[in-house]
Amino acid sequence: MMELKALTKKIVTAYGPTGLETNVANIIVEEIRPFVDSVRIDALGNVIAVKKGKGPKVMLAAHMDEIGIMVTHIDENGFLRFTNLGGLNPYVLLGTRCIFGNGTRGVYGAEKLEANETLSLAKMYVDIGATTRAEAEEKVKIGDCAGADYECIDLGKRMVSKAMDDRIACVVLIETIKQLKKPSVECHFVFTVQEEVGLRGARTSAFAVDPDYGIAIDVTRTGDTPKGITMEVSLGKGPTVKVRDSSVLCHPAMIQFMKEVATKKKIPYQLEVLEAGGTDSGAIHLTKSGVPSGVMSIACRYIHTPSEMVDMDDVDNGIKLMVAILQSTFPKV
Amino acid sequence: MLLKRITEAAGVAGDEYEVRSVIKEELAKFTLTMKTDMLGNLIYSQNEDAPGPRVMLAAHMDEIGLMIVQIENSGLLYFKPVGGIDPRVLVAKVVRVGKKKLPGVIGAKAIHLQKPEERQVPLPLEALYIDIGAKSKEDAEKVVSVGDYAVFDTEYETFGDGFAKGKSFDDRIGCAVLAEVMKEKFSIPVYGVFTVSEEIGLRGAGVAAYAIDPQLAISLEGTTAHDVSGVEDHLVSTRCGAGPSLTYMDRSVISDRNLIALAAKTAESLGIPYQYKNTATGGNDSGKINQTRGGVPTIEISVPTRYCHSPISVIHLEDYKNTIALVKAFIHAIETGGFEIK
Amino acid sequence: MNGKELLKSMIENTGVSGFEAPVAGLIQELFKPYTKDIRSDALGNIIAKVNGTGEGTKPKIMLAGHMDEIGLMVTKIDDKGFLHVTQIGGFDQRTLPAQEVWVHGKKTLLGFVVAKPPHLLSPEERKKTVPLSELLIDIGFSAEKAKELVQVGDLITLKRSMQELQNDWLAGKAMDDRAGVMVMLECLEELKKLKHLADVYAVATVQEEVGMRGAITSTFGIMPDIGIAIDVCHGRMPAVPDYNTSPMGGGPSIAMGPNVHPKVLALIKKVAKENRIPISLSPAPGATGTDAWMMQITQSGVATAVVSIPLRYMHTAVETLSYSDIQQSGKLLAYLIAALDCAFVEELSCY
Repeated sequence: MMELKALTKKIVTAYGPTGLETNVANIIVEEIRPFVDSVRIDALGNVIAVKKGKGPKVMLAAHMDEIGIMVTHIDENGFLRFTNLGGLNPYVLLGTRCIFGNGTRGVYGAEKLEANETLSLAKMYVDIGATTRAEAEEKVKIGDCAGADYECIDLGKRMVSKAMDDRIACVVLIETIKQLKKPSVECHFVFTVQEEVGLRGARTSAFAVDPDYGIAIDVTRTGDTPKGITMEVSLGKGPTVKVRDSSVLCHPAMIQFMKEVATKKKIPYQLEVLEAGGTDSGAIHLTKSGVPSGVMSIACRYIHTPSEMVDMDDVDNGIKLMVAILQSTFPKV
Repeated sequence: MLLKRITEAAGVAGDEYEVRSVIKEELAKFTLTMKTDMLGNLIYSQNEDAPGPRVMLAAHMDEIGLMIVQIENSGLLYFKPVGGIDPRVLVAKVVRVGKKKLPGVIGAKAIHLQKPEERQVPLPLEALYIDIGAKSKEDAEKVVSVGDYAVFDTEYETFGDGFAKGKSFDDRIGCAVLAEVMKEKFSIPVYGVFTVSEEIGLRGAGVAAYAIDPQLAISLEGTTAHDVSGVEDHLVSTRCGAGPSLTYMDRSVISDRNLIALAAKTAESLGIPYQYKNTATGGNDSGKINQTRGGVPTIEISVPTRYCHSPISVIHLEDYKNTIALVKAFIHAIETGGFEIK
Repeated sequence: MNGKELLKSMIENTGVSGFEAPVAGLIQELFKPYTKDIRSDALGNIIAKVNGTGEGTKPKIMLAGHMDEIGLMVTKIDDKGFLHVTQIGGFDQRTLPAQEVWVHGKKTLLGFVVAKPPHLLSPEERKKTVPLSELLIDIGFSAEKAKELVQVGDLITLKRSMQELQNDWLAGKAMDDRAGVMVMLECLEELKKLKHLADVYAVATVQEEVGMRGAITSTFGIMPDIGIAIDVCHGRMPAVPDYNTSPMGGGPSIAMGPNVHPKVLALIKKVAKENRIPISLSPAPGATGTDAWMMQITQSGVATAVVSIPLRYMHTAVETLSYSDIQQSGKLLAYLIAALDCAFVEELSCY
């Protein structure tokens, strides 16, 4: 567990907003290289690692990008205006801190609102402590991107950090790669880019990989907080087998298969119905003439905030389940 | 004059015939392979068999316009927009309907007949109609049909200090740039695609990209410029006269940073002014191209255009010239190894 | 072939988007009289191929009618044994209270959507719609028993048998778009009497209601020259502008606009005229909301068209249409297929 927590810390704290995943990609490649037969990085920045096996081709996907912002304008007083990378709630952003690729740090501020006005990203700016445009431009340029600037904390059973979405899934995949011996299928592990802006890395990498099956690993919401949403997923009750979200209706055969593996190996799991939201399988399943796809999720509270919380037993069981799945016979479809 | 002919041509999504003719005429004398595809994209190419990288350029032929959806008993024509139009720019404008380009006016109740409260609220699309002067439904049906397209009636003209106005610089200015660029001799495979149906969802670009399978792509747009009075600095997407615009991202795509760096470097080395787009709204053909097959790195190099998606759009002719120069130089820079293909 | 009986059997069957297996099994049987070449692809699309005559290059036409219906999915079984739901596809939730449903758990269970009696409603409540998140399904079991029989992710479909109205009008759930599948069967029946060069792929697609997903993958696998989506469109009724509807009983409604290839449209009009099949033309300035939207941009492009059955009360339990429109559509498509030749296909990419 100590090692798992250490790996988690390393991966989630890395800088890698949507479109600028190179840093995370390099860290991941270093972690997995000794355990796979080949690794490459494609034109969009996806990391594609292959572990050979006799059976059909299975694509596994976890996205490297975290939500963040891109600078669009630097005003004469050194304040930065921005656009969002992925879904950002302005109220969640206000007063929080961000960090750019070169280490420059900033705070989110907002214009004064009129009586009935709601806060929007267009009314916000980042303050990096510069007093003039020139001073700001020494540190930041239009096009530079920032992610949330928060450390990863260990609460015992649970850990809290920015970017659990979806780095915790990257952790699951990295550990799966390390622990998987004698896969029953040819595994194509894809650490994807640009999921948060429309599953873009998954779409193109799936076309290139051309798999027979696809499984994405992502985070999902929970219904276990005070007056929470109606959702029968809780922290600590195991990784989930997704039934549907708004990007994919998981293939019934894959849902059944994943449930059976979990039951057989006595790994706790939960069934997940997510009303909104999407994952890489949303793109994978529509590749070429169709790919039967499923999703395994790690339950996560406070998604798309700087304090996403997961249960480490879920992560551990998630790894066990993925390894077991890749050692099983995939269903005929 | 190319800009006049190409902006005055009528070509709403699905009906780009006249625009194709203008382009075909313009490029007829040049040594280029030409073909059209299933959706109507017009594709010019040179050096198809040369070693790469294979470059695709895209500019869309379709403009926003209207479709006649019903001929009312009185002879008035109900319509729906094709592409995104703010209904507020439609009232009291003149349009040209159908292949015969019959003049029509978009009418509304005269102010004398309106209550004061009515005047405060914009007219919704359903309350507008086109009047071609027909006396009845039967009379109208002699000259128009349901399904006919209508475009704004705006002539191309230069004005002010180096400005030009026309009906559809989004994206006929991109088409004009592309036509001029394709006249240049390159040594790598270059495909110039005049795409269809961009305004209703980037429809033509992806289909053309699938067939061409490029290793990098450049989309040429007439991109929003909003450098008018009363607009806060950070909302001024691009400025007319400040040169071609490079976009880091919009809603459809994140441009490749190495391509942006190369474009900036190329512009600087030739003394061509350029700017970065300060907003990230909208979408363009590179969004679809980027997502084709195993993925394509893309960049957007555009001419700042005021008042897009309205009857009159405006560009600065220096920006037009500089965009052509930059794109040509950019492709030459790619030829000499300026971009590493993964 | 008793078309109305076949349609009844299809609409009364179950096949929510993503989980079409039950109705897919039935449809596979219904294609059997026309061809042995029937297969199911990775997402469950049913593809029936009817070969044209002769050898060599032949025109390839794909027909697509979606077999999925909108439905509900269980999100929670609460501690009183009531089911909370989310939707798959777009319901008008105002039509749901007091609707009978089938809950497909370990067994098929009868249930109904709870409707608060008017006596208990406050004046403000009456003015508002009950949002989907507050709808409950009553299956008449205790929480413990309910949890044995039903789990999160189980599907719920509307319980409605087909009603035969005046003239040849029919009402039921899932007419959108099993009526389109029926059109394909009528077409294949008519095609038996005709000579055709073209190879025909009749596809009962999946997951149209959640984004035309079946069309994306099935078209990729077939790569036809021409793709015709057969769906439903809004039938004429008061208080809706005519330009958003098509006349009931006026024959198939044919879309015009950027989602339709102009030469395919011209051929459809010609074939309709020559064979005296009434059609109505429907202006479509953008997306048609049918499988054709996805078919058209597959790979390097497909020449598409849309043939629709006018239908009232779409996405409710009482979708209403005129059976003659289905027959006429089937005939129209058969004559269209018979009119295809290689020269026509070659011309499609000439602009």
